[in-house]
Amino acid sequence: MNTSDSEEDSYNERTALVASEIPFVPSYQDQAQPTDMEPKRRHPVAPEQPVEPPILDRSAVEREPVIQDDEEELTLKYGAKHVIMLFVPVTLCMVVVVATIKSVSFYTEKNGQQLIYTPFTEDTDTVGERLLNSVLNTIIMISVIVFMTIFLVVLYKYRCYKFIHGWLILSSLMLLFWFSFMYLGEVFKTYNVAMDYPTVAMIIWNFGAVGMICIHWKGPLQLQQAYLIVISALMALVFIKYLPEWSAWVILGAISIYDLVAVLSPKGPLRMLVETAQERNEPIFPALIYSSAMIWMVGMANPARNADRASQDTDEEGYQGESDALARDRAEPETQVSPGMNRSYSTEEELDEEDRGVKLGLGDFIFYSVLVGKAAATGGDWNTTLACFVAILIGLCLTLLLLAIFKKALPALPISITFGLVFYFSTDNLVRPFMDNLAAHQFYI
Amino acid sequence: MTAAVFFGCAFIAFGPAFSLFIFTIAKDPLRVIILIAGKANEGLAAISEEESSPISVREMAYVAGLGFGIMSGAFSMINTLSDSLGPGTVGMFGDSQYYFITSALMTLALTLLHTFWGVVFFDGCERKRWWVIVAVLCLHLVVSGLSLLNPLYVGSVPPVYVIMLLMAVWAFFSSGGSLHNLSLLWTCRKSNAETSS
Repeated sequence: MNTSDSEEDSYNERTALVASEIPFVPSYQDQAQPTDMEPKRRHPVAPEQPVEPPILDRSAVEREPVIQDDEEELTLKYGAKHVIMLFVPVTLCMVVVVATIKSVSFYTEKNGQQLIYTPFTEDTDTVGERLLNSVLNTIIMISVIVFMTIFLVVLYKYRCYKFIHGWLILSSLMLLFWFSFMYLGEVFKTYNVAMDYPTVAMIIWNFGAVGMICIHWKGPLQLQQAYLIVISALMALVFIKYLPEWSAWVILGAISIYDLVAVLSPKGPLRMLVETAQERNEPIFPALIYSSAMIWMVGMANPARNADRASQDTDEEGYQGESDALARDRAEPETQVSPGMNRSYSTEEELDEEDRGVKLGLGDFIFYSVLVGKAAATGGDWNTTLACFVAILIGLCLTLLLLAIFKKALPALPISITFGLVFYFSTDNLVRPFMDNLAAHQFYI
Repeated sequence: MTAAVFFGCAFIAFGPAFSLFIFTIAKDPLRVIILIAGKANEGLAAISEEESSPISVREMAYVAGLGFGIMSGAFSMINTLSDSLGPGTVGMFGDSQYYFITSALMTLALTLLHTFWGVVFFDGCERKRWWVIVAVLCLHLVVSGLSLLNPLYVGSVPPVYVIMLLMAVWAFFSSGGSLHNLSLLWTCRKSNAETSS
């Protein structure tokens, strides 16, 4: 998973247990660990160490008291840079999902097939029944997710690393090969492209094999990022297709609440996972997390290695929680952090992690894209889609801002999804008829 | 309708705004955030008191104005653009056949107007010139009122463009531009005082 050779030395198993060094001021890594949610797998966003940051902050402060003001300004500047570093992949993922939804009709066709996690049908006679069924579906789905997360925590506690690792690999295999094969098939059908099986086999084989390597082993950072975006989009499309209408909205709402609880409450599974990892002083295994930047190594070798490893660890800890789902489509992108350039800076250590970039769990990508994709799928209105898109970006911005303020891991779903849901329903019901009438008469406001 | 109409109208409506974004905003992440989220956060306020702020009030005004303009333009135009890709005949029931092009032109004017209004409005607030604020609001109402004259495009599009040019001049001068700066620009000479955005 790491492109850095220094890390390889410390890997004695494939599950990448690395002695973790506590980073100095884990501000940005924490930020980027929103809960990763996936129906199949749930990644709780493990903020690296909930307890550590304050202590580290103090030590950092003691060490360089002068730096505080600069730190604030730098915090803002680098915070802004990191926000943008996340805007781009989130936007790309949403664009891919919306483009697919609008052009490939397969993902909006409902043929009555539903996931086993949502067994209640929404094809009922009354509105009340439909609402009840969607709530029941949500309860089942969230319970599955909670169960999977707890299962993962238990596995982790009892050190069944190989099991977890195998599960993750199986999951990403399915996503990279099977789902992309289905996607390719549907795209070909939509555009009426004649294609033969050997060519498709070669394309899918190459795509999948390179993906597995990039995600689980080594690869160029941008290629890995691209693969992570693609698999998030694929997962989001599967959800959009197979979740019934109302259930999808209720699930989105419930997932944000669960995210909030799991990451912030002391007994939350995510938090327990992170604490266990901290007790053992080891990173959580690589899972689905999107890493936006390279690690910048500090001038000195040893602190750099330590800081490097620490950031690695913290990143990995981020998404531990997943495991909810039965390992289906979960891909496992890893936190690919390639060793960056050497940087000479006076305030080296403080800047080090800031330049490490931010990490965002793939579950967040997926659920953001599900929200925007559903907005695009229901009704042909682009205003609603655009409004949801902007709402999610604003929510992400706020989450990262809170992260910079609190310096501990925060769930990335609640704020964005809340804004997204509010904007979706209000735009669809209030703004859309209004704008339609204005546009029909060409009145401008 | 054809793809030519789609691309033509899209570029007319969003071209200038997009180029403004690319050339002045995309490089600075702070500006991108303000463009999307629209207002200064506490950190920014705290920092601008201390030392050289990462972003000045004028830049914020410009970026916020552009953000408003882009969103307003996108909301007005995007459904029309999407319809222009589909089948249909423009003006089949006696409506004007210039629907798409005038929509695009109005959207462009509105986007730029929002940008200029943002700059002028912030400047008015900074210098506590309340007449400026009232003037901006009134002009906004006038422009929207003029659009009520559509489909009589002669009555709506040219006056709106005239107002837009006037606002451009006003915004230029209120943000610190001057004829001297312009002459320096044309003769490609550098000066100490730079024209702010």
